[in-house]
Amino acid sequence: MGIEPGRLQFSWISSAESTKFVEVVNEITTVIKALGPHENFVKREASIA
Amino acid sequence: MLSYIDKIKEISRRLLKESKVDMVIGFRKGTVVMMNEPCFVKTVADVDKLVWDSNCGINLANYLANRTEKIGIVAKGCDSRNIVTHIIENKIKRDQVVIIGVPCKGMIDRHNIEAMAEAEIQEVIETDDTIQVKGAGFEKTLDKKEVLQENCAICVHRNPVIYDELVADEVKEQTDVDRYEDVRHIEALSPEEKWDFFEDLLSTCIRCYGCRNACPLCYCPTCFVDESRPQWVGKSQDSTDIRTFHFLRAYHCAGRCTDCGACERACPMGIKVRLFTKKLEKDCLELFDWEAGLTLEKRPPLDTYRPDDPDEFIR
Repeated sequence: MGIEPGRLQFSWISSAESTKFVEVVNEITTVIKALGPHENFVKREASIA
Repeated sequence: MLSYIDKIKEISRRLLKESKVDMVIGFRKGTVVMMNEPCFVKTVADVDKLVWDSNCGINLANYLANRTEKIGIVAKGCDSRNIVTHIIENKIKRDQVVIIGVPCKGMIDRHNIEAMAEAEIQEVIETDDTIQVKGAGFEKTLDKKEVLQENCAICVHRNPVIYDELVADEVKEQTDVDRYEDVRHIEALSPEEKWDFFEDLLSTCIRCYGCRNACPLCYCPTCFVDESRPQWVGKSQDSTDIRTFHFLRAYHCAGRCTDCGACERACPMGIKVRLFTKKLEKDCLELFDWEAGLTLEKRPPLDTYRPDDPDEFIR
């Protein structure tokens, strides 16, 4: 739908895999920080003419 | 295809007379041209209200969910696939329905025909191959093949996949159609181009939810767009909200959509909403070798797990 590759990621983590959870979160955060804020899918306050 | 109606009436009359069903769901003439309405026939006397022509594009499976009566239902190829989907999803029982199968040659695209007309169309007369439209000061004869609904033009399941009675011999299935040309075109765009494409596609949406209401798959007691606690999606005309609605609607149809075209037909703004569901349909076919509603024997991809799932993260 026009979201950059990497911004949306999927992972399958069991509730017993806490370390994997931490790893995945850290990894995704790094990737997304590098991409910067997403400008498109943001609801802005209505501008008053 | 016009000759089907005698057989449809004959079967309906018999089913009602012998009390095999409590009602027959079919079509009657609409109050405006090219818009036949669903019709619930409960008595033999009312059977004559039924019609059949190229304006029966509404998917009648939409009226089956959670019904408790015994029902006779007129079903085109796509309708029959949605009936299968309903049975799989426990929305109706197989022995509750008597399916009157209609081998379909395609429905006509009212948006397209209206766009071709110089003024408001007041009368439409059809033969097996032509559509004649008349209005104030103009008259036009169109080739039916040229004005088919897009989904009908690329349909590969014209014959009902499940039925109890068939109103005519099966029609020849189309084999030389390219079902996903438009989807491939979008897939090839860059993320920025995709964004702009969908922004443009949805720019005229008025959020009437006609696409959802016409869809046989949308039978939730409370739709996510109507829910207010929690409110999943904003109710405004903001493009973010509109986009969220359309994408979520499409995802709810993943692996279930039969491309019956009811959503696109219903859209008052002529938005090509099928583009969303078609992408998911294409993925289901390519990744899971799945086409919705073809069989009662197999479970759909979204409720089965396969060790050889194409996505690595879930294996």
